[in-house]
Amino acid sequence: MQVRAENISKRYANMAALDDVSLTVGAGELVALLGPSGSGKTTLLRTIAGLEHPDSGAVYFNDRDASESRIQDRGVGFVFQHYALFKHMRVMDNIAFGLRARKTNKPSEAEIKRRVMELLDLVQLSGLDHRFPSQLSGGQRQRVALARALAIEPSVLLLDEPFGALDARVRKDLRRWLREIHERTGHTTLFVTHDQEEALELADRVVVMNRGKVEQSATPDAIYDRPATPFVFSFIGESSVIPVMVGNSRATLDERTLDLEVANLPDGPAQLYLRPEDVAMVTDGGPGIPGLVVSTRRIGGMRRITIECGMARHRIEFDAEAEVPIANLQRLQVRVIGGRVYGAESEGYETEKLAASATSDFKWAKAEGWLDR
Amino acid sequence: MSSAHPHKIGQAIGEGRWTRLALITIALIFLGLMLIAPLFVVFVEAFSRGVGVYIDALAMPDTMSALRLTLLVAAIAVPVNLVFGVAAAWAIAKFEFKGKAFLLTLIDLPFAVSPVVSGLIFVLLFGANSVLGPLLDSAGIKVLFAVPGIVLATVFITFPFIARELIPLMQQQGSSEEEAAVSLGAGGWRTFFQVTLPNVKWGLLYGVLLCNARAMGEFGAVTVVSGNIRGVTTTLPLHIEILYNDNKAAAAFAVASLLALLALVTLAVKTVLEARFANSHAAQRRH
Repeated sequence: MQVRAENISKRYANMAALDDVSLTVGAGELVALLGPSGSGKTTLLRTIAGLEHPDSGAVYFNDRDASESRIQDRGVGFVFQHYALFKHMRVMDNIAFGLRARKTNKPSEAEIKRRVMELLDLVQLSGLDHRFPSQLSGGQRQRVALARALAIEPSVLLLDEPFGALDARVRKDLRRWLREIHERTGHTTLFVTHDQEEALELADRVVVMNRGKVEQSATPDAIYDRPATPFVFSFIGESSVIPVMVGNSRATLDERTLDLEVANLPDGPAQLYLRPEDVAMVTDGGPGIPGLVVSTRRIGGMRRITIECGMARHRIEFDAEAEVPIANLQRLQVRVIGGRVYGAESEGYETEKLAASATSDFKWAKAEGWLDR
Repeated sequence: MSSAHPHKIGQAIGEGRWTRLALITIALIFLGLMLIAPLFVVFVEAFSRGVGVYIDALAMPDTMSALRLTLLVAAIAVPVNLVFGVAAAWAIAKFEFKGKAFLLTLIDLPFAVSPVVSGLIFVLLFGANSVLGPLLDSAGIKVLFAVPGIVLATVFITFPFIARELIPLMQQQGSSEEEAAVSLGAGGWRTFFQVTLPNVKWGLLYGVLLCNARAMGEFGAVTVVSGNIRGVTTTLPLHIEILYNDNKAAAAFAVASLLALLALVTLAVKTVLEARFANSHAAQRRH
């Protein structure tokens, strides 16, 4: 079933939790709502579920307006961050709750029991049907919560920070497992997370939210490779920011021209956003930005180097092979091989992708002159 | 706990053996003097003139009617407060609305006001000089100096017990289980009886027992509205006072022992129930 939220606005006191948000989740799609806390992602999820009422806007399930129907009749499977299992009921009764609550088409007890066992098998908890929630681990509880939501054969599955309360290892396992379940059952699924890694790994499409608005809605690849706004760029993955000036379709830093194509951008201040992989150390003696190493730290098989460059000591981070010896206060040159420039437009941001090749070097008039401090 | 392995908690907070002994002794002495000794004295005095007098005092028609009235009042006041206490606690704990703080304060009012004043409120409301009194009188309904007045005063006095017990419990538990229930298709009643109620049943039981104990033992407010008509509007506490003022100390204590016995039974019921469901209770608490 397709789920559509149209022009949803919701205010709490004087703060806009949702500001004219629209969102579509296609049938069978697995979509992540990603954003920092307070971005409105949970409010949007709860509004779609019917747990919150929007001040304006409407929610459609296929082409039926769900806004007027009670939450009981929406047929949403909602999984809560802290599980919200019924503490006094055994696992089996928790999962059976939705089926027993049915007014029409209520299956027989034998049929309910069969379905519960099937679901327990699906969430790999067979044999735990007589446990109380308190006798389960966090990961097991979350799986019971999912089985309970799936039991009512929901038209859409909504998950609020499903792995938020679990430790890193269990999160990883459950993530893979949720993806498998989704592929097997094909439910239209929308989940909320503040963990960008989780969103990029799990979802078909990621919707990035900030301050009650949707910043970008795209595939994980597009979100990572072509972030629409500076917020998305800095929220997803590591980033370094360098303020530049744009004039005559050229970007300059400290009044030195950078060889950047920024034809789409209006004149004025702009920001150059770089990921660690957008920056490479110059080892062949070619031109580059000179900088001073201020910190190095080991990240997996690589070493994350932070250098300061330019008169304002802008920080740039990049990765080098772990075996390359680089020490603090060492001077070196780096070359930009990727990145994005965002102009400071009043409405939205104009962006321009740099050529992702070694030819987009900065050509400094006098490279040595940068380190006068 | 042997001296070779001093208790770890005691060690951590730096209490020596003597401090602990002294604290435990003080607590026990205080408990003995203030709680157990008076209870003991009640029973000793009750039997001071022999078993015959004791049985006579209990078998008096006035005692029996006082016992009946006390049980009747409790049987009405407790269920009424159960329904309204749960409703008020539900409203306060699960919803946001204007005037919530005011409602909370109102619930505490019977605790804050002296019982005698509470009784006088009803005299003012239903007395001969009030608006309501003559109106109800002409309809043949007698409130003051009759059973309805006693019930009203008792309901008023005991209202906070159940609500006060439930509000913090419900607030702590939040609404997510209820939200889960309705998202699974459960209606309001099913959600209440299968999700909310089981989660608060121990608090509710405790509130009911406290409410019941107070309903049976209330003196101040009831004495103002009852008019002390012997054998008609005297509850057990009022009956005890009348006997005592008549210099029938042994009889007064005999009836008092009956009231004390009711309280002890209440406590025993609570203990038994708690022990019986200790496992599921503990399992819930751990969650």
